[in-house]
Amino acid sequence: MGDTSLLRTPLYDLHVERGAKMVPFAGYDMPVQYPLGVLKEHLHTRARAGLFDVSHMGQVRLRGADIDSVIKALEALVPGDIAALVPGRIRYTMFTNDTAGILDDLMVTRFEDHLYVVINAGCKTEDLAHLKANLPGDITIDYLGDDAGLLALQGPEAAAVMARLLPEAADMGFMSARAAMIDGIPVQISRSGYTGEDGYEISVGAADAEKLARLILAQDGVEAIGLGARDSLRLEAGLCLYGHDIDTSTSPIEAALNWTISKRRRTDGGFPGAGVVQAQLAGGPARRRVGIQPEGKAPAREHTEIQDLSGNRIGEITSGGFGPTAGGPVAMGYVDTGFAAVGTDVQLIVRGKAMPAKVAALPFAPHRYFKG
Amino acid sequence: MTIRFTKDHEWIKLDGGVATVGITDYAQNALGDVVFVEVPDAGKVLEQGKDAAVVESVKAASEIYAPVDGTVIEGNAALGDDPSLVNTAPEGDGWFFKMSIKDMAQFDALMDQDAYKSFTEGL
Repeated sequence: MGDTSLLRTPLYDLHVERGAKMVPFAGYDMPVQYPLGVLKEHLHTRARAGLFDVSHMGQVRLRGADIDSVIKALEALVPGDIAALVPGRIRYTMFTNDTAGILDDLMVTRFEDHLYVVINAGCKTEDLAHLKANLPGDITIDYLGDDAGLLALQGPEAAAVMARLLPEAADMGFMSARAAMIDGIPVQISRSGYTGEDGYEISVGAADAEKLARLILAQDGVEAIGLGARDSLRLEAGLCLYGHDIDTSTSPIEAALNWTISKRRRTDGGFPGAGVVQAQLAGGPARRRVGIQPEGKAPAREHTEIQDLSGNRIGEITSGGFGPTAGGPVAMGYVDTGFAAVGTDVQLIVRGKAMPAKVAALPFAPHRYFKG
Repeated sequence: MTIRFTKDHEWIKLDGGVATVGITDYAQNALGDVVFVEVPDAGKVLEQGKDAAVVESVKAASEIYAPVDGTVIEGNAALGDDPSLVNTAPEGDGWFFKMSIKDMAQFDALMDQDAYKSFTEGL
């Protein structure tokens, strides 16, 4: 059963046992949905708590003679302010190229003696080659492997669920991480996620991943959630999906990710494409990522053309679909800067017909991150 | 009343000269939660195997093809308010459109209930 050329996460057997529909995704055989279905899985995550297998993502530890040299080396590849992180803090940033195109987006955690980086499944090979080619030779790149476990527990009840298993998780700040033991299993836990909800991401060794997943799934309020709902949840939360909303043709400024670049890094540069980023910050980018709210009921999918009311092409949808929490279609895409103001009337060309829509504020579902 | 099926998982039911078209339970199950349906307007001329309607799940949009040549008599307006009828009653209230049939030979050549059952079991 299944496609043997695909990689499997340590939870593969558990997904099959739970009746998941398995699909190829970034080289892995992944659960797109369980018998509950995408719609109910989405709503359950917003109402209670959902457990996601995100073990397909790449986990890497970067070490060197001292942490400062590792930070300095990584900062040469990303616009994020890694030096400002105190131990146990996380930052979202991206690998850029010389024209400020985005090679991948990533989460960087600073620990006492090393950096821990999570990269996209579909970019793993390229990212690892990029690190190897561009980090100084004395930096060690420790890829945790294709079978390393990574789980995400997301939703308003995630904190209560996790507190039963790990009391110290309750007061962890948003975007912080630490090592811990859950029922004798060594883990690394962070308060972060990709749904807009409060929650955790838990890194666990391949041998313990299934045991930990079963323990969490046995808790009241927790359902297994597939990649289908993960996508609709992150879209409502206004979060970018690499290869769709951001790629080598988009800069962090065009992608409205200005907030990820600190004053020091804007001023000093020192990352690939810094000149382009500085010019776009000074003069404004030619186009910008925005939320798009279709006014009818028809979803506008990726690559849908966006026009002004005179029928001129002004951009394209990069992620679009039905938002179960929004109760209707939601989308995001790029428009020429003159049309980027919230409330601007635009039209979407869906199956040859012009559909009315408005530029909308992101997110579509309010973020409910832990504020302490 | 006679029912026929296509390899694209549409059903077409003929009753007193009017054919009703929808998608099968197998198809709705594969699509998942239906969130939007676009049905054709009355008078639209349909060509066998060509786009006739659109059904969207949370995941993706799918085209519904005309099972035979003919002309649309009525689109199912109820799907505009409640597209989930396609999931809950795919072969009942979740029908897509009614049409007249131009060439009965096309209809007769489609799969009957037993043939469709064998077809889906082989997928």
